[in-house]
Amino acid sequence: MSNSSSGNVGIVIVSHSAKIAEGAADMVRQMVGNAVPLAWTGGDPEGGLGTNVAGILEAIEIAWSPAGVAILVDLGGAETNSEMAVEMVPEDRRARVVVCNAPVVEGAVIAATESSGGSSLTAVQRSAEEFYA
Amino acid sequence: MSLNRTVREKLVRALAVAVIEHADELTSLDQAIGDGDHGLNMKRGFEAVLATLPALADKSMPDMLKAIGMTLVMKVGGASGPLVGTFFMELGKALPEEPARADLVAATDKAIGAVKARGRSEAGQKTLLDVLVPVQAIFAAGGDATAIATGAAEAAERTTPMLATRGRASFLGERSIGHMDPGSRSASLLIGAAVATLEFEAGS
Repeated sequence: MSNSSSGNVGIVIVSHSAKIAEGAADMVRQMVGNAVPLAWTGGDPEGGLGTNVAGILEAIEIAWSPAGVAILVDLGGAETNSEMAVEMVPEDRRARVVVCNAPVVEGAVIAATESSGGSSLTAVQRSAEEFYA
Repeated sequence: MSLNRTVREKLVRALAVAVIEHADELTSLDQAIGDGDHGLNMKRGFEAVLATLPALADKSMPDMLKAIGMTLVMKVGGASGPLVGTFFMELGKALPEEPARADLVAATDKAIGAVKARGRSEAGQKTLLDVLVPVQAIFAAGGDATAIATGAAEAAERTTPMLATRGRASFLGERSIGHMDPGSRSASLLIGAAVATLEFEAGS
């Protein structure tokens, strides 16, 4: 988990593997420093491979920005759990949290780079989704 | 159909036991065509549900189902958490406190619709929907507990020759053929446990 204070769109990385999530977050930091709120989560509630809603909700909270949060996910369960988590975000924030349809590592780096320039949530999501489309 | 506190607690225990006792079987089914965590994940979820007894059974049936769903969403960990959890949560939302059979049929229909939306899936893709959808048809047509339980077990069996086009098993393409879908198996176990407890009689 990591965080920074800025008005830029936050990035959340969700992988079945905590190591992949943390490694992707390291790559994001290398690219954008602390210009973007960032959080990662990986693993099931017992620390095995998997994803879990509680961890994703916590990551959204850490990476929260008034500009919104873009979530990057790996395989199916990460997406399903992330979509479930978004629905559980308080209503006044819910519309500003999106799950991107992009590869987790590349998408996170591209989304964060776009965010670091002050782009909107829509532009951040689009940049991640279009780069590898 | 009585849904008093005794029945509610019995129902929770029956659902949990059905999953926990078959955790190894669910895991080996998932090892064949998935990531091998279905048994463990479902067991963890239902152990967490059991841990909320006896207070859980003090709640009304709708509130109890919503609480079970929320626990499963938070504790299961795989895609099954949101899918099975959504089923229970939506069932609880749609059910009156003292439902007649027709209310239950309408509520399960809504809950299945929510599972379809959550998974962006339909029956025929080798998922739990391949049990839920045909069993719903038997239930809506007035089937009794035996017809529903048998229908659920048979529907799970029918996923064996199916090609997976949704979920982790879809990565295997044609190699997914010849193995029962683990999510269908756990759904059939839960349905079997539920109808055995609630003792549905035939009727519409």
